Amino acid sequence: MSDLVALRDDIRSGKTTARTAVDGYLARIEQQNPTLNAYRETFANEARASADSIDRAIAAGDVTGPLAGVPIAIKDNIVTRLGSTTCSSRILENYHSPFDATVIDRLAAAGAILIGKTNMDEFAMGSSCETCAWGAVRNPWDTTRVPGGSSGGSAAAVAANLCAAALGSDTGGSIRQPASLCGIVGFKPSFGRISRYGLVAFGSSLDQIGPLTHSVRDAALLYQCMAGDDGHDSTCAPRPVEDVVKSLEDVPRAFRVGLPTQYRNGNAAAVDAAVTRAVEHFKAMGAEIVDIDLPLTDVGISTYYVIAPAEACSNLARFDGIRYGHRTKSASAHDLFDLYAHSRAEGFGREVQRRIMLGTYVLSAGYYDAYYRRALQIRRLIKQEFDTAFGKCDVILGPTSPTAAFTIGGVTDPLSMYMCDVYTVNTNIAGICGISLPAGFDESTGTRLPVGIQLQAQAFAEPLLFKIARSYECAQGGREFISA
Amino acid sequence: MSDLSDSKSPLGIDDVRHVAKLARLALSQERLAQLQRELVAILGHIEQLQAIDTTGLEPMTHPLTLSNRLADDVPEPGMPIAELLRNAPATEGVFLVVPKVLGGESA
Repeated sequence: MSDLVALRDDIRSGKTTARTAVDGYLARIEQQNPTLNAYRETFANEARASADSIDRAIAAGDVTGPLAGVPIAIKDNIVTRLGSTTCSSRILENYHSPFDATVIDRLAAAGAILIGKTNMDEFAMGSSCETCAWGAVRNPWDTTRVPGGSSGGSAAAVAANLCAAALGSDTGGSIRQPASLCGIVGFKPSFGRISRYGLVAFGSSLDQIGPLTHSVRDAALLYQCMAGDDGHDSTCAPRPVEDVVKSLEDVPRAFRVGLPTQYRNGNAAAVDAAVTRAVEHFKAMGAEIVDIDLPLTDVGISTYYVIAPAEACSNLARFDGIRYGHRTKSASAHDLFDLYAHSRAEGFGREVQRRIMLGTYVLSAGYYDAYYRRALQIRRLIKQEFDTAFGKCDVILGPTSPTAAFTIGGVTDPLSMYMCDVYTVNTNIAGICGISLPAGFDESTGTRLPVGIQLQAQAFAEPLLFKIARSYECAQGGREFISA
Repeated sequence: MSDLSDSKSPLGIDDVRHVAKLARLALSQERLAQLQRELVAILGHIEQLQAIDTTGLEPMTHPLTLSNRLADDVPEPGMPIAELLRNAPATEGVFLVVPKVLGGESA
C-alpha cells in the first residue's frame, strides 16, 4: 500500500510502470465500483494510451513531470474534454465540455493520467452524496453508510484505493468532510490559490478546488502542481506559490495550536478523543497549546445558508434549456417562460431546487437587506474573529465533522444535514485554508468508521499548514488502508 | 411585482409560488407545500442572524481584496461554434431554436 508520491517514484525508477498502475486501478474499479458507485465513468482506453506513452518517455530517459504516470480521478463538476461533465445532475446529462479546466491542463502538464470522473452530490449541494442523480455513493469502510459530500465519489475512490489521488471542490466543507468520513486527507486551499476556470460555479465567493489524497505529502504535491495565477480566472490571487514540497519535511519551529472552546459541543466521543490525542501529539512536539474563542462558530451555518444559496441561484440561472443541458419535452411549454420553468423543474433535483428557492427568497425585494446584506456583514465579523484568533495561534485544531459516517437514509431533515458542516463552513466564509487528516476510528457502532481532525490556518499560510500536518501524519504512521 | 415583505405570515404558500416563479421553476402544488415547510424551518434557524449587532459593518462580498483586474487587450481565438452547438438541445444551422419570444413571458 502506498501513496501517490511512492507510486510516482516507483514508476520513475522503473520498479513499476504507469501501465501497470492504470491496469491495477481499472481492475479494482471494475470489481468495486458496482457497489461503491464512486465513479460515474472511467477513461480506460485513453488512460492506457497515456500510460504507454509516459512509460516510453521514461524508458527513453526523457524528462517527465512531477506527476508522471499517476492516475487521478476528477470530481464531475470540473470540466474535461474527455467524457462528459454532469455535476451528477439530470440537467447536464450528456454535457460535453469544449475545453479543459485549468487544473486539468496543469495536471496533464505535470504528467498525470485522468482515470475517470467521480460522482458527487448534485451541483455539490449536500454532505452525503445521496443527492447524486445517478444513485448514492457508498462508504468503502461500511457500504451501508454515506461517504460524506459533496466530493464523496472522490473520497470513496481514494479510500478504496481506486486511484492515486482525486480532485474535489469545497464550498462549505465538501472536500474535508468526506475525507474525514472516508479516513483520508482532504485539503481546501485558501480562496484565490487555485484557478476555478472550468469548475462549474456553485458559490463564487466560496468555491475552491483541492485534492483528496492518501497522504499530506500527496496533497502538498498536487496543490503545488495546480496553484498559481491564471489569466482565465480573475479571482485567482496574483502572488507567487511557495515551494511547499521542498519545505514539507522541515520540522516546524516552535508553533502555537489554538483550541476553540466552541469546537467541543455535541461531538461523538470518538471525535473528541481524536482531537485530544492530537493535542497530546502537538504538546509532545513542543507546540504551545492556546485556548481561543470563536463565538461565531455557531452562526456559521446560518450565514452560509444565506450567502451560498444566494450565489447558487444566480450561478444556476444559466441552466435554461436553451444553449445546453436538459430541455423539456412537455407540450405545455409553448412559450419561453414555460420552457425555462419546466426544463429546470425536470432537470434539477430536490436539494438543488430547495437551495435555488432559498437563494431567490433571500435576494428578493424586501428581504435583501434583512438576509443577504446582514449575512455579508456577519461574514466580516467571522473573518475578524479568525484574524484575532490567528494573533494568538498559528493553526486552529478541531474536529472536521461532529460524527463519523451516518447510514444511508439516516439523515432526512435538510437542516440536520446542513449541520454536518458546522466546523467547515467558516473556513470558506473567511477564505482561509484547512486540511482534514485521518485521526483514528469510531468503533461504537461495531464497525470501524474513520474520524478526522481539522487544522485551519490563515489565508496563504499553506507552507506552515502542510508542515504541521505532515509532522502529525509521520507520527501517526500514515493512513490505514482497508484490508481486502 | 409584489413585495414579499408585505405578507403577514413568515412564508405563505403564495410567497413560495411567487419565489418559484422568480426562480423559473414549474413546481406542483404538492412540491410547493413541501418546500414551504422546509423553507420555514430553515429560515427559522437563520433567524438567529437577526440578534447579532451589525451596526457600521461593511458587507464582505468576497474574501480577496482584489481590485478589478484587466486582461491585455489582445484578441484570442474563441471557442469553436460547431463544438459549442453540439450541446444545444435544439438547433437549426448555426442557430439555437427557441419558442416565440415576442409577446412576452406568461404572467
